[in-house]
Amino acid sequence: MAVLKLFGAWPSPYVFRVIWALKLKGIPYEYIEEDLSNKSPLLLQYNPIHKKVPVLVHDGKPICESTVILRYIDEIWPQNPLLPTDPHERAVALFWIKFADDKSPFISKLYRTDGEEQQVAAKECFEMLEAVEGHALVGGKKFFGGDEINMVDIAFCSVAHWLGVIEGFTGLKIFEPHKFPRLNSWIQNFKSVPVIKDNLPDTDKMSAVLKRRREMLLASKSS
Amino acid sequence: MAEEVVLLDFWPSLFGMRSRIALAEKGIKYEYKEEDLRNKSALLLQMNPVHKKIPVLIHNGKPVCESLIQVQYIDEVWHDKAPLLPSDPYQKATGRFWADYIDKKIYDLGSRVWKTMGEEQATAKKEFIESLKLIEKELGDKPYFGGESFGYVDVAFIPFYSWFYAYEKCGNFSIEAECPKLIAWAKRCMQKESVAKSLPGQQKVYDFILQMKKHLGIE
Repeated sequence: MAVLKLFGAWPSPYVFRVIWALKLKGIPYEYIEEDLSNKSPLLLQYNPIHKKVPVLVHDGKPICESTVILRYIDEIWPQNPLLPTDPHERAVALFWIKFADDKSPFISKLYRTDGEEQQVAAKECFEMLEAVEGHALVGGKKFFGGDEINMVDIAFCSVAHWLGVIEGFTGLKIFEPHKFPRLNSWIQNFKSVPVIKDNLPDTDKMSAVLKRRREMLLASKSS
Repeated sequence: MAEEVVLLDFWPSLFGMRSRIALAEKGIKYEYKEEDLRNKSALLLQMNPVHKKIPVLIHNGKPVCESLIQVQYIDEVWHDKAPLLPSDPYQKATGRFWADYIDKKIYDLGSRVWKTMGEEQATAKKEFIESLKLIEKELGDKPYFGGESFGYVDVAFIPFYSWFYAYEKCGNFSIEAECPKLIAWAKRCMQKESVAKSLPGQQKVYDFILQMKKHLGIE
């Protein structure tokens, strides 16, 4: 019997990507919560290079990096496919997934930094939203791939949920619905998908945790 | 229907080299278009409006951007010859992990080695060598990263060999002294026609880097 374990840390969006993929495909797994300030020997053994979550362990074999994990899951369990089958459509999907991967860290930087560094992050986030609005959601599609949620939607989860929470406690205003109408529709659609709706981190709890993390990070910088 | 394949590229680009190698491995005839990055063509701006960067692969008029995505696309479309990705999903995942590591770490650290001086360069050099050693460890005693045959990670990494001389001269160190197995692997790859004809000469790359440094005011 295949044994599937997922090492994660709440409320990492990269971990949630994997959770949603597994739930969308109806795959059972065991979840192990990691304390990132005190990483378990098992995590360090399974991901010695990056020492990060998520790590998926399938029959004792570790897979690291959320996008690598998502593609692995999609290949092993092909039901409810998360990528298009047409090679060109797939290449376009992978382009946007890479774009999301490259830009999502700037969303985290919004709460992890202040001053000029934060301003740079805010500019990067705004440009990301512009690119997605202008190029990825053209044509009135419900989701990035059409009528059904796929890996691209999952990859942009930080935009759909984390960004709003971070804007809330930092006082930044980057996403405005009237400036990004296609994105705004997509966010509503994404959050209405049952698997997503039922498995989103609580906004109040997340706000408290990230706010405290921000205070600790900024305090240690100035000391 | 005749296949039309175009590659928008820039000769010293590590990323462009990957696609050149993949196309050569599959024996695909294509039109190579050299871009002047200070004066980008209308075609490039149209085909990659988000990043406006090379390489761009255009297949029957449809663009594919990002070098690793291009390599995977080429492997899927022309699947009957010289497979680059393994068929086993776990081995595929391992290959993707290392290609991602190469892009995230090796490229950035290498850039810092030639772009910086003094203390900053010393740190970059140390981290660059550490990363190379990690990759060398992953290679182990295998002839190629994928095992017996040349594959995805080899394609992702071998372009860097054309830049090794430039890194060494700028940073004043020897990669062969630090990572002899990597150099042996690189020379093995260079025996392949697809690689040899896709990589520029190391001196030519070094001359280009010197020009870039002058242009950026680094000395």
